[in-house]
Amino acid sequence: MVFTGCRVAQPVRRFGTAGRRACGIARPEPSTHPSRMTVSYENSKAVFDGIKAAGIRSISALPETWLGLLLQRAEDDPEVDLIQVAKEEEAVGIAAGAYFAGEPHILLMQNHGFFGAMNGIISLAQLYSVPLCMLIAVRGHWGEPYPWHTRGGIVTEGLLQALNIPYHHARDPALVAKEIAEAYTLSQSSLSPVALLLTRDLMEV
Amino acid sequence: MRRADCLELIYPEIEDKLVVTIMGACAQELYDLGHRENFFYLQHAMGLASSIGLGLANHLPHEKVIVLDGDGSTLMNLGTFTTLARYRPRNLLHIIFDNGSLLSTGGFESHTTSGVTDLAAIARGAGIEHAVAVDSPMAFGEAFVEAMERDDLGVIVARVDAVGPDNYGMDFALPENAFRFKRCVQQRRAATGWTPPLQPGHASGA
Repeated sequence: MVFTGCRVAQPVRRFGTAGRRACGIARPEPSTHPSRMTVSYENSKAVFDGIKAAGIRSISALPETWLGLLLQRAEDDPEVDLIQVAKEEEAVGIAAGAYFAGEPHILLMQNHGFFGAMNGIISLAQLYSVPLCMLIAVRGHWGEPYPWHTRGGIVTEGLLQALNIPYHHARDPALVAKEIAEAYTLSQSSLSPVALLLTRDLMEV
Repeated sequence: MRRADCLELIYPEIEDKLVVTIMGACAQELYDLGHRENFFYLQHAMGLASSIGLGLANHLPHEKVIVLDGDGSTLMNLGTFTTLARYRPRNLLHIIFDNGSLLSTGGFESHTTSGVTDLAAIARGAGIEHAVAVDSPMAFGEAFVEAMERDDLGVIVARVDAVGPDNYGMDFALPENAFRFKRCVQQRRAATGWTPPLQPGHASGA
């Protein structure tokens, strides 16, 4: 039998105009329907500008919807060194390498990626007193329309507490640059993982 | 072929390089040959030695970074091959000692024991151009020399016996290894004219 073809979606550049429209992160068109979430263009820029203002040029990340516009900026910025990983735990190793090299570094991940990175966080970062500044998109909490995110959203804070990881919710774009700088400073002074939680209030419009 | 013999063979070449090892036998055998401040032993977090190597290599283009990995650890982080291939740090050599065994945790057989799984083929399939498998000291030595002379990312999978040292122990605590390794890396980097960033608190004296 010869396979003659099937319906295949035309590939779109993930965060080109078409791609943004396709995955629901177009600008501006804020949506009021809960299932039509739109990522905030302006606030993604505020987070990115905050990372740079904190003096950080080295980023490891695994893409997710809320981080999409942010990562596109990182990728397009020649000053920024972005490594996208296959799984978030890799980013813990990369962050440790950057720390040993003396390079200020930040990790961007979704809360479910934080779960997948946990052994690295405990048995590399905490065991060896290696600082980690993690920006974690908290999906699955207040206002979450997607069922698949909810279990993770419900347990995120409890897991951070169990691991003694200091955390803070970033909700206001006017404050987020200061909060990123503070998270980074605490990670370095305490030589431990610190989490700044990117909330729906901040990341969606 | 024994891993300890491979390490002894390359020790004169790697003693001044930035070296990251995995846990247990591999770490101990390198340590027993003579610890250097430029050696970091990852005694847990299996799979992340190569990721640490990538983070180092990426920011230290003037250094050659050597990762000493194992089959069990590599199997826990196969995605690392794809990340290494994508960013292709030219100053990173990833050596995997494949003993087909989870030796340091009781000697259970790993997925590579039967020889069905080919880690070098996985690395090549991930997009790492220079990935070779060797099973003799001569072939290992040649592959190592070629990799060191080549200005590119390399993977060497060395098939070794599932044997380790009789005694374990190092004369420093784990964080101390991290602190000293970091200081060493930064001192070497400073020699290139780079200035290390001040740690929080040091600037104000608060």
